[in-house]
Amino acid sequence: MPKPEEARYTKTHEWIAFEGAEAIVGVSDHAQHEMGDVVFVELPKMSQKLEKDKPCTVVESVKSAFDIYAPVTGEVSALNTVVTGEPAIINQSPLEKGWLFKMKVNNPDDLKTLMDWAAYQEFIKQGVH
Amino acid sequence: MFIANTNKDREQMLKAIGVGSFSDLVKQVPEKFLYPKFKLPGEGMDEMQAASAMKALAAKNKTLKSFVGAGAYERYIPAALKALLSRGEFLTAYTPYQAEASQGILQTIYEYQSSIAALYDMDCGNASMYDGASSFAEAVRATVRITGRKKVLYSYGIHPQYITTLKTYFGSGDNCRFIQIPHKDGCLDLAGLEMLLDQDTACIAVQSPNFLGLTEDFSRAAALAKAKGALCVAAADPVSLGLFSTPGAQGADFAVGEGQGLGLPLSYGGPYLGIFTCKKEYVRQMPGRIAGLTKDKDGKRGFVLTLQAREQHIRRDKAASNICSNEALCALGATVYLSLLGPEGLKELAQANYDAAHAAAERLCSIKGVNLKFKGTFFNEFALALPCDANKLRSRLIEKESIDPGLPLKDFYPDLGDTLLVCATETKTEDDVLRLEKAIKESI
Amino acid sequence: MTSTPAYQLTDNPKNPQPANGGQACGKVYDTIKPDNRLSIEKSAPGRRALKFKGRLKHTAPPVPEAMKRKTSPRLPELSEFDTVRHFTRLSKINFSVDSHFYPLGSCTMKYNPRVNEDVAALDGFAGLHPLASDETAQGTLECLYDLQNRLCELCGMDAITLQPAAGAHSEFTGLLVAQAYFAHKGQKDRVEIIVPDSAHGTNPATASMLGFSPININSGPDGRVDLEVLKRHLGAKTAVVMLTVPNTLGIFESGIESIARMAHEAGALVYMDGANFNALIGLVKPGELGVDIMHLNMHKTFSTPHGGGGPGAGAIAVKKHLDAYLPVPIIKKEEDRFLADFNRPLSVGRVKAFFGNTGVLLKAYTYMLMHSARELGQIAENAIINANYAKALLKDSYPAHSKEHCMHECVLTPGPEMTAQGIKTLDIAKRLLDYGFHAPTVYFPLIVHEAIMIEPTETETRETIDEFAAAMKKISVEAVSDPQKVKDAPHTMPVKRLDEVQAARQPNLRW
Repeated sequence: MPKPEEARYTKTHEWIAFEGAEAIVGVSDHAQHEMGDVVFVELPKMSQKLEKDKPCTVVESVKSAFDIYAPVTGEVSALNTVVTGEPAIINQSPLEKGWLFKMKVNNPDDLKTLMDWAAYQEFIKQGVH
Repeated sequence: MFIANTNKDREQMLKAIGVGSFSDLVKQVPEKFLYPKFKLPGEGMDEMQAASAMKALAAKNKTLKSFVGAGAYERYIPAALKALLSRGEFLTAYTPYQAEASQGILQTIYEYQSSIAALYDMDCGNASMYDGASSFAEAVRATVRITGRKKVLYSYGIHPQYITTLKTYFGSGDNCRFIQIPHKDGCLDLAGLEMLLDQDTACIAVQSPNFLGLTEDFSRAAALAKAKGALCVAAADPVSLGLFSTPGAQGADFAVGEGQGLGLPLSYGGPYLGIFTCKKEYVRQMPGRIAGLTKDKDGKRGFVLTLQAREQHIRRDKAASNICSNEALCALGATVYLSLLGPEGLKELAQANYDAAHAAAERLCSIKGVNLKFKGTFFNEFALALPCDANKLRSRLIEKESIDPGLPLKDFYPDLGDTLLVCATETKTEDDVLRLEKAIKESI
Repeated sequence: MTSTPAYQLTDNPKNPQPANGGQACGKVYDTIKPDNRLSIEKSAPGRRALKFKGRLKHTAPPVPEAMKRKTSPRLPELSEFDTVRHFTRLSKINFSVDSHFYPLGSCTMKYNPRVNEDVAALDGFAGLHPLASDETAQGTLECLYDLQNRLCELCGMDAITLQPAAGAHSEFTGLLVAQAYFAHKGQKDRVEIIVPDSAHGTNPATASMLGFSPININSGPDGRVDLEVLKRHLGAKTAVVMLTVPNTLGIFESGIESIARMAHEAGALVYMDGANFNALIGLVKPGELGVDIMHLNMHKTFSTPHGGGGPGAGAIAVKKHLDAYLPVPIIKKEEDRFLADFNRPLSVGRVKAFFGNTGVLLKAYTYMLMHSARELGQIAENAIINANYAKALLKDSYPAHSKEHCMHECVLTPGPEMTAQGIKTLDIAKRLLDYGFHAPTVYFPLIVHEAIMIEPTETETRETIDEFAAAMKKISVEAVSDPQKVKDAPHTMPVKRLDEVQAARQPNLRW
């Protein structure tokens, strides 16, 4: 799993990081705080085609539902089924055990267009959601 | 008039608000729109006048001995049920948004969900839908969402108004296809189904007892559908389930029904009760409210509305359905009804219906030229083939004998010719059946 | 085969617990025996209530074995008295309009006259089968016909259907009508529905149910539709502009005439969500504002009870150009005879089986009979006065979102001294229960942070609003002097705050 500093971040608070040829995707620690207690996670389907910035799945808290957007374009290659059975993991460990899915990325350079850790911290500080 | 403020109150309140007159409060409304002319009576009635006017109107409905069923059934409504439903605490509450102050309603919803799921042999149910038809349409919509497929196969015996509702529910913007499965003697024909089933099929939709009164065993049909990756939506009359095999046992993924027969009056079409149940893997595809059991801060049992993130007030345009108000009081009625009956009472009631309908069928078939249209097992109604014009017979009997002998099926199934759908529930006596027999015999 | 329940009780129902461990109930519920058992936990094998002894004789064979139910459904076995006491107890741990002030914004929780109930229960009405012939149903049809006419007149519209069972069901019907209208005109590419961000969740949900794309537009600073923003979004793809009037902030959409003109110039229709019609009844005809389609809620404006969540009854009223698309049947009059007209070739079809929620419609009709046009206007006037009065009484501790006068409801927020203590709107709502008032609508509309939406309705007295305001003010004082007490509220209900997270994570939905 990536260290927070190694991941790239979207404006919609997803993180993405390479692990070998695949990239792992989850929600940021800031995002899980904002959501509150996660009660349900819907995962994308295996092999689902993902398009950058398009909603691909949903995370629910008691009184809200949050769309999760694909950080980059590609295809789903693995799912973290642990989070569907135990959604609280997203709150406890958003960057490790609470990852959502892995994907094959069409263009690895796409990740570079996303915010790095420092830029994301600044983004949160500005309160631009 | 139910306004509480006196003129003096109004004056004082306007003063407290800091305005001189009411018109100061509605300055935001362009003046030309205020106080238009209405062509309405210049005088409202007092309560006594209104009550008596309505009584006179009620008397204009003709009181008949009615043998019409077709999805809405004349049943005895227990006195205790009426008394409980008229309690203001239930009658005049809103949706239980403040759980701590609405434990009564929430617990009744939980008990309703439990009773209905048990009755239909399904994993879980919601807090209710508008009626059987809208429940049916929402269940089919769910199968289209789940499978991503666009073809719906439905059996011949599904209530024709449910099919119209279903098609309406998909609007004109959608490209779903609805195809009727061939029938054999009024029931689903398996060979016909196999011909139609393919990889595009979202679901097969079936009903038992079907609109023609026949009970169908659709377990093999459900298995065939499953083999093709399609789901099964089954509609069933709740009272029949006291005696007959359940949607759950036959492999339905979604089971729906009209709950009117569980203690609700006919009232010319509503309010009724849409029963909606499903297998556990589809719980989040259920539309509408769901109550759940949980604990309070002290660990004490309590109830809340749950899985709300499916619903329109949170999910907005991505909600499973737009339903907000449902039929909560009707669901409470059904819960009380099922509590008063219990498993034994329900069985007894179902048996009484079976017996009444079979007694009626036997008597009527003794009339020359009158026969059962279909051979299969039926529950509380049956299609009767007549040697004369069914519509004319009905009009004649209504006018001359104050008997409504049943529903002519020509308007719903042109292929059935002069056939009458005759229903006899537990409310019918030997005398009633003899009267009907005599009236038909003399009118043919 | 029998299915295993998906969600079992956490407590073992076969081993019922003693009546709730002797927990003391608060003052509100002092007279109610604490006992939170389910009906199934009060069940005893063989105990019976209702029986059906009558058997009609026949010689037909019994139900074939293969078709028989194999296992008995798990329903409670109770005596009649058990059942009556069980549900009576449940009724007593429930707030209602009859027992409590219930200022739920946008829900119009007015008094439900009892004469309505008597009337709907008359045998002649309640016993009428939905497929009864028109000749048999003349009384009911006459009521429905006259109700259609009166509602059309009240709304300034030309035609109406009474089929929808509720408000959201009406919205669905209304947009179906719009869809059919455009399809018939060959404008199937009109697929967008413009919805302000202050709208009820049902509006965008309805739009997408029918395959429309909801286009969310931001409200202007005063909470009204920003005409410039609207203009940018209106176009050849716009089907409908959906508005709530007055809007969910309780203020009138003053520019509605311009909005309607702009929409019509773009070839679109204007839909009015009539959830807030209590502010306009007898005061304004929506048809004159340029509205093409609107819905009504009998269970709001027309005094029918809400039954703990339903049944309601709805209606969709339209202008002449949309009449042909309404669902079947519509009640018509030919000479002296009333009939259900199904012969409408362009109709969208039907949105439920049978006619509609007739029992509810008859209650609304009785209510209508008891009001002249002028008296209907007084409903709106007093609803507006009561809302502004509540707002005025609370202005120091709960600042209003909008500085203008409101219509029938006002949207307030917790004052700064309360939020400084970390008090949320939810805390205030829960504390109000301790004072014997149902909470207002909270956290809606979504565009107001920590919204508290108060709709007293015209049937409440000044004294009740005074008492409610006193409780609200007392809470604002408590919030500073003893914030924890407010955060832990309620203290006097049968249960304390409930664990909604557990309820959603491990759903227990049945016994």
